[in-house]
Amino acid sequence: MHFDAPLDLDSGARLEQYDLVYETYGQLNAEHSNAILICHALSGHHHVAGTYEGEPRSAGWWDNMVGPGKPVDTRRFFVVGVNNPGGCNGSTGPSSLDPATGKPYGSRFPFMTVRDWVRAQARLADHLGIHRFAAVMGGSLGGMQAMQWAMTYPDRLGHALVIAAAPSLSAQNIGFNEVARQAITTDPDFYQGDYQAHGKLPERGLRLARMLGHITYLSDDAMMEKFGRELLKQKPAFSLDVEFEIESYLRYQGDKFSQRFDANTYLIMTKALDYFDPASETEGSLSAAMARAKAGFLVVSFTSDWRFSPSRSREIVKALLDNGLNVSYSEIDSSQGHDAFLMENGHYFAVIRSYLDRVASEVGA
Amino acid sequence: MMRADLEMVARWITSGSRVLDLGCGDGFLLSRLRQTKQVHGFGIEIEPDQVVAAIANGVNVLQMNLETGLSGFDDNSFDTVILSQTLQAMHHTESLLREMLRVGHEGIVTFPNFGYWKNRWQVLWGLMPKSADMPYEWYNTPNVHLCTLRDFEDLCDLIGAQVMERCVIDVQGQPVSLWPNFMGSLAIYRIRPKA
Repeated sequence: MHFDAPLDLDSGARLEQYDLVYETYGQLNAEHSNAILICHALSGHHHVAGTYEGEPRSAGWWDNMVGPGKPVDTRRFFVVGVNNPGGCNGSTGPSSLDPATGKPYGSRFPFMTVRDWVRAQARLADHLGIHRFAAVMGGSLGGMQAMQWAMTYPDRLGHALVIAAAPSLSAQNIGFNEVARQAITTDPDFYQGDYQAHGKLPERGLRLARMLGHITYLSDDAMMEKFGRELLKQKPAFSLDVEFEIESYLRYQGDKFSQRFDANTYLIMTKALDYFDPASETEGSLSAAMARAKAGFLVVSFTSDWRFSPSRSREIVKALLDNGLNVSYSEIDSSQGHDAFLMENGHYFAVIRSYLDRVASEVGA
Repeated sequence: MMRADLEMVARWITSGSRVLDLGCGDGFLLSRLRQTKQVHGFGIEIEPDQVVAAIANGVNVLQMNLETGLSGFDDNSFDTVILSQTLQAMHHTESLLREMLRVGHEGIVTFPNFGYWKNRWQVLWGLMPKSADMPYEWYNTPNVHLCTLRDFEDLCDLIGAQVMERCVIDVQGQPVSLWPNFMGSLAIYRIRPKA
């Protein structure tokens, strides 16, 4: 979908024109009341569910959650997945060609905020004829977008499902993001972000960034459970080659990611995470920041998630209670760390399912 | 069909008020109170299955551990805080009661009366009491702080709570006025901080 009207960004910059790539699942009902928007996290995109014809390995990133008969049931809901601007999966981003120059944006692509994304998503909703979403949902950075929807467009959503999110990043979290960014920007192939113009890709940096990310998205327990201290061979080789299972896993994940993802997009996404802090606009009060919200909320956290810990979700719950909003909160027992929001878990899925059952009966889906 | 104590609790709730139900289970009471009294209610529950059931019942439910207190709630942020048949299973009984009266203008507490004559009778015969209200063996009961009406009123006194109303019922759910600490199986108290 091409948008000709410029998008004014929080940074003061402007995206003169842009494309948004999106997918939809299920049928929009006659009243246009049964739409659910799925917001993606750092490395996600518009391909939320299902597989492409003839590509059995192309399952969407939230395929266990979204689909016919799944917690987000596409037999009842019309589900929209969109790749945010700044992304690298089809929507306009740093690796796209700048129509003004005919060359990739590279370092000239503006930084984005969560609110910029939400504004872009609202324009897509206009185009799809959706005035009001039955629900907007997402995990991690996607959960922040659901929160932002409730603040920016209080009348345009019935419910916000905020999963494994936080009202802002902690200093530790920003620190992790900065190490990831440094890994990318100090790669000799980075060329200040204009690597495409030099025919290079900062794959080593992006690979390191992803390896660091993977460590922090899992819990110590989950890693030990999954990999332990297993060696690939029987004895230590006293070399720097891959020896432990965990090394092999991280290298594999890093390699895979660095081949499919754009380094500038990674920088933009982590910066958007760092900048998200609605309370900063209301003298530090999250309750005041949420005062405009009208949606019903479901807030979900995971016990072993130390990057977006349950206590941060409880801050969100507190702000919602202060505003007299309807909110339910579930703290899912899981050893999977932050990644738990992407994994199948009986209690987690039952919570989402029963909440969305309610939403469905409200909107006649 | 409503549990007899819940029927009593509902009578003491003002229409349109803000209600917090501690240990709300599947949200049955809150869902009834919303229908009959249009309350704006929240429940706290720790059991995952009950949380799912409460969500399904359309109730605002917060999965939290009562033993760690109500620190997420501001002073006087609710009109009534309910603790229905949960008191006896709490470890930090005293601090929870104090928290109830900090967060709510009023509290409603219901619990099985350990002083009920059938309980006393079983103890007299050398057995730990079992009943419809306390259907557990001594080795698997979740109840750790059982008390009688007098015990509870002593604690209220200690923490500066005033008993506004009291209702004691028997196993048939009928109100008991004669020798309540002996004849009543279940106690329902309406309390508030002493002025």
